[in-house]
Amino acid sequence: MSLWKHHEHVEKNSILLLILILITVSIGGIVEIVPLYTIESTIEEVEGVRPYSPLELAGRNIYIREGCYSCHSQQVRPFRDEVERYGHYSLAAESMYDHPFQWGSKRTGPDLARVGGKYSDEWHVAHMIEPQAVVPESIMPPYRFLIEKELRHDDIADHLRANRAVGVPYTDEMIENAVADLRAQANPELGIDGLLERYPNAHAANFDGNPRVVTEMDALVAYLQILGRMVDFSQYEVEDLIQ
Amino acid sequence: MAEAIGRRETAAAVAYNEEVVRWFMLATVFWGVVAFLMGVVIALQLAYPWLNPGPEYFNFGRLRPVHTSAAIFAFGGNALLGTSLFVVQRTCRASLFGGPGLAAFLFWGYQFFILLAASGYVLGITQSREYAEPEWYADLWLTIIWVTYLVIYLGTIIRRREPHIYVANWFYLAFIVTIAMLHIVNNLAVPVSIFGTKSYSAFSGVQDALTQWWYGHNAVGFFLTAGFLGIMYYFIPKRADRPVYSYRLSIVHFWSLIFLYIWAGPHHLHYTALPEWTQTLGMTFSVMLWMPSWGGMINGLMTLSGAWDKLRTDPVLRFLVVSVGFYGMSTFEGPVMSIRAVNGLSHYTDWTIGHVHSGALGWVAFISFGAVYHLVPRLWNQRELYSLKLVSYHFWISTIGIVLYITSMWISGIMQGLMWRAYDHLGFLQYSFVETVEAMHPFYVVRALGGVLFLIGSLIMVYNVWRTIRGDVSVETREALRQGAVAAPAPAE
Repeated sequence: MSLWKHHEHVEKNSILLLILILITVSIGGIVEIVPLYTIESTIEEVEGVRPYSPLELAGRNIYIREGCYSCHSQQVRPFRDEVERYGHYSLAAESMYDHPFQWGSKRTGPDLARVGGKYSDEWHVAHMIEPQAVVPESIMPPYRFLIEKELRHDDIADHLRANRAVGVPYTDEMIENAVADLRAQANPELGIDGLLERYPNAHAANFDGNPRVVTEMDALVAYLQILGRMVDFSQYEVEDLIQ
Repeated sequence: MAEAIGRRETAAAVAYNEEVVRWFMLATVFWGVVAFLMGVVIALQLAYPWLNPGPEYFNFGRLRPVHTSAAIFAFGGNALLGTSLFVVQRTCRASLFGGPGLAAFLFWGYQFFILLAASGYVLGITQSREYAEPEWYADLWLTIIWVTYLVIYLGTIIRRREPHIYVANWFYLAFIVTIAMLHIVNNLAVPVSIFGTKSYSAFSGVQDALTQWWYGHNAVGFFLTAGFLGIMYYFIPKRADRPVYSYRLSIVHFWSLIFLYIWAGPHHLHYTALPEWTQTLGMTFSVMLWMPSWGGMINGLMTLSGAWDKLRTDPVLRFLVVSVGFYGMSTFEGPVMSIRAVNGLSHYTDWTIGHVHSGALGWVAFISFGAVYHLVPRLWNQRELYSLKLVSYHFWISTIGIVLYITSMWISGIMQGLMWRAYDHLGFLQYSFVETVEAMHPFYVVRALGGVLFLIGSLIMVYNVWRTIRGDVSVETREALRQGAVAAPAPAE
């Protein structure tokens, strides 16, 4: 058959083989990924999703650094049991400022997409120090070093700038006030009006009980406490959220 | 082509670079042991959480990418680079393009990448992109190394003295080119500072998720499948001393496999915020992918036509052939798990972990063991391995290890998936999350035991390889060679 004969040309010409491979392996990705940028309904229109506050962003980086995503997803699926266990199913809009996304792929521990506000700050701190002290059957490793480590934040404005470079709408004002906002969120006595104006709904508290230093524990708990709390779902009907 | 394999070429005719292949084989064995050891460690951490000692460097979250990267990129990667450089020289009857210097740069550069990546994980430097965790500086270094690899590989093909490019090289070439594409796109990021390690992905949310799993699934498809099919298409015919079963099937296998694989990524994101049309496309192509996968399996297995009896006497061939069996099994399980309704149960559970390991241990590791056992005597100019009986022990101990691993993960995965969705007669969720965690414990112990067996098997390989390189021959192997039970290679080959 002639088709097999034609294939001989490919087998005898390495550059032709290379080009044909490149074309063949490019098609699927182009068809699937490009429309996610062009179809407007991919990301639902909801109010409330904002860039992370500087302290939340720093906490998110600790979450990434420790590999929390290895065991915790942040993506509630539209199943009866998941919605009852965790809350409203996740929207694409809720992670639109997540560089990178943290949807995860495994639930050795529970989903965290809506963990914000479910437990007190004190619970989180105690849980991080020794998970088994609050959940005896837990197999989570301890993270007590977080409370001892001061959070490095002299370069936090650079982190906001890098995020802006990849599309997160941080304003000049946010970048200017990054260090002050970060400190205020971990020690509300410093004044949080500016913080709340720039980052509505941010949870400011003296998370770890030590107001003098901003620790990594402060940052991580601040991040966990905002998860899933940006969108007010009481405002929306199911039809509003169709992609 | 098939006849090209049968042809006996002597190293004297062409000055093949075997030195670099020897290094890659030793690195394969070394990193294999590291990967299996790390696997055992993190498996035990899940069974016994007090094994997370406190210092952040050794917590599960930081060690898990050390295990996955050691398995995929260090063990698998060295096996692929080494075998591909061996195969391309033999099937093209040409020495490596760029000479020994460039080949040495490739070897050491690749080992340096592995160290850059692993040291980063332990220190908490990660992009959190599964199987693409290394940060921007390591990614740039790998890009340089990978281009070097492509130049050496393609350059060697271009100066071949055979008219045809042998089928194993198509697969290796597709692996090299596609991994380059995936690596570059998935790792696009903006560093915070050129003096710091941290970067932010160029993509966000739903687009980032699909880009990552387009990468992630094709790291499986091209690194762990296409590349290792290159090993299959050379080493099984070689070891069985039979031509590839069907030339036409290999053409269909090749093009359909590389075309379909790329589409399968969205099945990692079923029921998420990824639009449904993308999920459906991903599922459809994943199911279709079953066909080329089994086409390839048939082509590999049927190559043994007329030589099936060798499975009884040659444990090296047994490793190679059983790996293709595991390939068939996991490429059937994969399409099943990609069906949305099945995935609703399996996703986020240990079933996925079991599936990955039936492929990683059964297919990738077994075919690599087969290739190592086949190559080591030839590369060090010995007649045969030190002991074929030890190969047999390695085979059976590892096989039992795999069976323990995948069955325990099937049970724990399906059980946990069912427990999450169970309701009691009053209409409440029956189990709290932590009750489902508690129920996993016995299976995590069995899984760790399976891992220990696999590790023991690999240590037997280390001993066997070491004795072979020293030039020792055990009594039983000498006897087998005398009776002609195993095909003794021409020493130069």
